[in-house]
Amino acid sequence: MSKQYEKVIGLEVHVELATKTKIFCGCTTRFGGEPNTHTCPVCSGMPGSLPVLNKQVVNYAMAVGLATNCKIHQYCKFDRKNYFYPDNPQNYQISQLYLPICYEGSVEIETASGKKTVGIHEIHMEEDAGKLIHDVWEDCSLVDYNRSGVPLIEIVSEPDMRSAEEVIAYLEKLRLIIQYLGASDCKLQEGSMRADVNLSIRAAGAEELGIRTEMKNLNSFKAIGRAIEGEYARQVELLEEGKPVVQETRRWDDNKECSYPMRSKEDAQDYRYFPDPDLVPIVISDQWIAQIKSHQPELRTEKLERYKKEFDIPDYDARIITESKKLADIFEATTAICKKPKKVSNWLMVETLRLLKERGMDPEDIRFTPGHLAQLIELAEAGTVNSTVAKEVFEKMFDANIAPDDYVEEKGLKTVNDEGALRSVVESVIAANPQSVADYQKGKEKAIGFLVGQTMKEMRGKADPAMVTQLLKELL
Amino acid sequence: MKITDLTALELGKKIRDQDVSVAEAVKACMEQIKSREEQVHAYVTIDEAGALKRAEEVQKLIDDKTLTSPLAGVPVAVKDNICTQGMLTTCSSKILGNFKPVYSAEAVKNLEKAGAVILGKTNMDEFAMGSTTETSAFGVTRNPWNPEHVPGGSSGGSCAAVAASECFYALGSDTGGSIRQPSGFCGVTGMKPTYGTVSRFGLIAYGSSLDQIGPIGKDVADCAAILEAIASADTKDSTSVARDRYDFAKALKKDVKGMKIGIPSDYLSAGLDPEVKEAVLAAAKVLESQGAVVGQFDLSMVEYAIAAYYVIASAEASSNLSRFDGVKYGYRTEQYDGLHSMYKKSRSEGFGAEVKRRIMLGSFVLSSGYYDAYYLKALKTKALIKQAFDKAFEKYDIILGPTAPTTAPKLGDSLQDPLKMYLGDIYTVSVNLAGLPAMSVPFGCDTKGLPIGVQLIGDCFCENQIISAGCALEQGRRGE
Repeated sequence: MSKQYEKVIGLEVHVELATKTKIFCGCTTRFGGEPNTHTCPVCSGMPGSLPVLNKQVVNYAMAVGLATNCKIHQYCKFDRKNYFYPDNPQNYQISQLYLPICYEGSVEIETASGKKTVGIHEIHMEEDAGKLIHDVWEDCSLVDYNRSGVPLIEIVSEPDMRSAEEVIAYLEKLRLIIQYLGASDCKLQEGSMRADVNLSIRAAGAEELGIRTEMKNLNSFKAIGRAIEGEYARQVELLEEGKPVVQETRRWDDNKECSYPMRSKEDAQDYRYFPDPDLVPIVISDQWIAQIKSHQPELRTEKLERYKKEFDIPDYDARIITESKKLADIFEATTAICKKPKKVSNWLMVETLRLLKERGMDPEDIRFTPGHLAQLIELAEAGTVNSTVAKEVFEKMFDANIAPDDYVEEKGLKTVNDEGALRSVVESVIAANPQSVADYQKGKEKAIGFLVGQTMKEMRGKADPAMVTQLLKELL
Repeated sequence: MKITDLTALELGKKIRDQDVSVAEAVKACMEQIKSREEQVHAYVTIDEAGALKRAEEVQKLIDDKTLTSPLAGVPVAVKDNICTQGMLTTCSSKILGNFKPVYSAEAVKNLEKAGAVILGKTNMDEFAMGSTTETSAFGVTRNPWNPEHVPGGSSGGSCAAVAASECFYALGSDTGGSIRQPSGFCGVTGMKPTYGTVSRFGLIAYGSSLDQIGPIGKDVADCAAILEAIASADTKDSTSVARDRYDFAKALKKDVKGMKIGIPSDYLSAGLDPEVKEAVLAAAKVLESQGAVVGQFDLSMVEYAIAAYYVIASAEASSNLSRFDGVKYGYRTEQYDGLHSMYKKSRSEGFGAEVKRRIMLGSFVLSSGYYDAYYLKALKTKALIKQAFDKAFEKYDIILGPTAPTTAPKLGDSLQDPLKMYLGDIYTVSVNLAGLPAMSVPFGCDTKGLPIGVQLIGDCFCENQIISAGCALEQGRRGE
């Protein structure tokens, strides 16, 4: 009979920082671009070139560290991690081993089974590598150093997680903190946030840790969930068969839903870490830390509470909106203009989320401006357009970033408030639908809905339904 | 008097006074190169056309008074590990045999701003690893004083070029004595500035924490002027130091009255050639006669310097040289089967024996399990050596000693026994470990007729005292 096993999971999360320039040179960090156009002698490893640290990287790393309750090493250094691979032009990566900038932090996560604290072992700064492109037709490999030297932080958790649910809650929490700090956009698909999962299993209740494996190539929260379950099953099977788990790095193939070994501990490389002599130690004063602290923006938890208090919106709405920094920003900016928080919240909660889902987009991809949303709310509130038209205009605004005022004007979508014009249409509808008129007069209240609909159709949506109902009742 | 017999500053004055044109100075060097180079082989690359074209440009700027620097128009040779845009920069290695940098080193740019005309690039020990300029992939350089002997190294080409008047001055680099030792062997004046004084941007690194670019000239005054031209605070080099003052030439006029000069007795013990010892003591007398106060003291830690140096420099080199892999630039092997074969063959064929020895040594001392025993211990030793110097500078302004234990050895003698060669660096390496400035000044010859260099070591940022003392030594020597 099989025993009960417990998963023990720790995460190494790489986050690309949102600095304008690279960590050790002045090249842009912009994504894309023709290969090797965002490069210079420093980030392409030319002989004689030297790295100079971008201070903003330290600011961001400290901001993330402070927001995750880390201590700061006020004397920290960069080390070289030596290994040969063509995506790394110097054949060493500048990283931090001996004195990482942040250490001993924690974040609180919440899952269906309650709240829990996940420890953070350390956060260190390092440079990203370039990209290799394998051309199978030409049978050669090419290298693009545009990404080489883009700043990263690596957040190393303690092995405190016990389920895929906790792992995802932890990642969501980190993502929100970092997005709120503006330190990164944290997009898993684009690789600006990457998570490696360290997983081992042990008999439930056991103290000792099992042999762990490290899983790479996890490009979505769903893939992470599947990889954890897959690796758990693989390790349980091994132990049940009396075979050992081998400490190794494995690559997850999300299409085949299984993992393959990349390298095992036996052929693990000796990285020959040593302090980088080209860079001077970073000395972080109390004052510098205080400055970062004082500039720390409001984080999600505080924002959530404030929204409920200040704007009087329901907990559910506040949670959904604050789950994305972008949505929260739009909410606040729009509310500041139109002073109608509940209306703004409704547009975000219903129409915006619906369209995001339909279009397969993230909140970060939203293009309409708070000014335009406020305009649309004003138009709807003033009765200038009815709710159906408003939704139509919103969709247009969502897709093409049009200005609602101009669009309504241009397309002639204003509600017709001219009673005379409306009255004649209502009269013709009454004349054309004697059966419904008869039904209504026999007491069938519903029949009036049909007549309202017919009138709106004749008006091409531009009438105020309340006014139409009023007139119908009057004339019947 | 031949143009090429002038010092750099003398030529600079003649150019400003329109007695000599820049083109004439370049042509005079080219003539001298033609007559001496076959024997000496100081250069890896000679750019006659480029130098003549540049001479014209510089001449115009001098004529219209845009350029007034003391070195404007004076031809210079640059060590081949210092990047020069569009001009081969090989580090005397096959692996960079075809390498033309896309940018110039900051020191070169500074020189060009001062109106320098670059004649070419000088030979060196491959990647500055060696003390004889015999490890170059492009043939040995010979000592202009006696072609049977080495010029020293690793800046042997630069020092030989100055000694043979194949240029007016040169740039070298000094990681463990690579400017001072060949300067001593070739009878020229060479200076290693305080770490951080000259930008390392564009210097192809050997031991990053020890490397400094420095001047090699015919006398102390030239060196002071060159240092003024090349030194700068550079935001592209994190280890660059913004100094309060860069007016090194001012120190030439100061005398040494009351200057406290210490000779480490540990520098005069076993292993030092008696003729070199005599020269050091004679130099002390010269300084004393001009009012300096000379005393002997125990520096201590001397016996650990070489071990610490070779561990640290090799460790850094093993990492610094990993970028030479055949992927991006430089030599790539002809035939290979996959990435690892390409790496292995390119590096095996591209690097020479001494470089491989140091890469292996450096990789070993950084390996897990050995890091603490070797690399960390060497760093601790380095700190203790610095402390020993700090203590000495509480008592003395300048430390005087030999530059090397002997005069230039014969060609071929050193490479047979690398350990013995390493021991020849005993008086120079601790200066790099402590980041100090030091200068080798020629002081007579031995009975074989080979030059002897004496070394003046100053505290950090005290180049001016070295320059004053160096000047006093020169005057004493000329008075003899």
